[in-house]
Amino acid sequence: MDKNINITLKVWRQKGPREKGAFETYKLTDVSQGSSFLEMLDILNEQLINDGKEPVVFDHDCREGICGMCSLYINGHPHGPDTSVTTCQLHMRRFNDGDTITIEPWRSAGFPVIRDLMVDRTAYDKIIQAGGFVSVNTGGIPDANAIPIPKKDADLAMDAAACIGCGACAAACKNGSAMLFVSAKVSQLALLPQGKVEAARRAKAMVAKMDELGFGNCTNTRACEMECPKDISVSNIARLNREFIWAKLKD
Amino acid sequence: MWLLNSSIGKKLIMSISGVFLILFLTFHLCMNIAAVFSESAYNMICAFLGSNWYAVAGTLVLAAGFVIHIVYAIILTLENRKARGNDRYAVNVRPKNVEWSSQNMLVLGFIVLGFLVLHFAQFWYKMMFAELMGHHEVELGGQMVGTTEGATFIKYYFSQIWIVIAYLAWYVALWFHLTHGFWSALQTIGWNNTVWFNRWKVVSDVFATVICLGFAFVTIAFYLKSLCGGACC
Repeated sequence: MDKNINITLKVWRQKGPREKGAFETYKLTDVSQGSSFLEMLDILNEQLINDGKEPVVFDHDCREGICGMCSLYINGHPHGPDTSVTTCQLHMRRFNDGDTITIEPWRSAGFPVIRDLMVDRTAYDKIIQAGGFVSVNTGGIPDANAIPIPKKDADLAMDAAACIGCGACAAACKNGSAMLFVSAKVSQLALLPQGKVEAARRAKAMVAKMDELGFGNCTNTRACEMECPKDISVSNIARLNREFIWAKLKD
Repeated sequence: MWLLNSSIGKKLIMSISGVFLILFLTFHLCMNIAAVFSESAYNMICAFLGSNWYAVAGTLVLAAGFVIHIVYAIILTLENRKARGNDRYAVNVRPKNVEWSSQNMLVLGFIVLGFLVLHFAQFWYKMMFAELMGHHEVELGGQMVGTTEGATFIKYYFSQIWIVIAYLAWYVALWFHLTHGFWSALQTIGWNNTVWFNRWKVVSDVFATVICLGFAFVTIAFYLKSLCGGACC
């Protein structure tokens, strides 16, 4: 049964990208366990505004786990202690009365803090722009079933395409590596006939962009896979390595 | 050059040099097992791999493998620390299914390297190196011993309990390093998928266990032999 709980929050506050940040402690009373984690933060901000203080800045949008906008490193886990959900799908029933909850922003050189818990994730957009697409010539729309695709490939591509680009992988990684994201984006296209044509160019361009933006080198700890809200598998990373090494050897 | 500039290229260097060192370990174990069953056979191997040109060339290639593996480990770790950013997380939790060894490969590597120095001082320096310097006998525990009499070296060192314990500790560190290193190398090369993922993990666990138990077997066997003064076997 959901109860109302009293909690203590330790929230990272940082005025701007170049300012020094620090933890602030807030107490919240009578929080319904039926509320979502972000609703709890809304309550906190309401309270802060009523007290004449600055509200906590955090990213959120769809609040149904598909847009990839919410972030937050909660008690040592990206997207909180629950598995396979984003922060917006996390509920307060995962926490108990009297708990202290530590909330931090993603910490990675590739994701500089903008303010408080909000980080700049345009690095991922830049990686996509480098090659995460299929070039389409204008003309008639091809029939969806004109190119047969094996069920297995379609399933693997769909699983990779589930990546919402939230950045939890790089946030969870002790090396600040974006390999799980890049590998998912390379895989979802490399597995399909439409994407295969540009697979070599894509793998090279996206890895080059990833390295350029200051993400780390993957050491196969699998922390990304374990924390990913969409359960993207590290077998995608093996595929990316394969695609990349083959593309380079062919040159 | 993509091998030296790209992240995947640098990791490929780590994985290839790692696989090379794994192969060497396997070879090294095979030689040591021989010593348990026949000391003269082991001495023959030692003479064969003494200061001959092919053995020296092999040692240089092997040393290059070690140096590349270690240098790239340091380069990659430094880059990765930088990529993590300046602020560290206040709360760190190791997610389930993340091996402890996978997050501590550099530390484990340094432990292995530390013992490697001891191992070199005890064996290689007095065997191949002494031979290269033109000596055919070295002093070992107050006696003069031929540089190719490997079995005498083993018997001398492994009769001392602190050396035995140190070597066993070394194998434990090596085990942790190998359980992650083996499958990780194959993952980096790209020889992995959802099916082979678990297979490779089992193979690395089994392989690391066999290698480390094998070395431990040789170490303990020689210690036990020293206890009974060679009378029991």
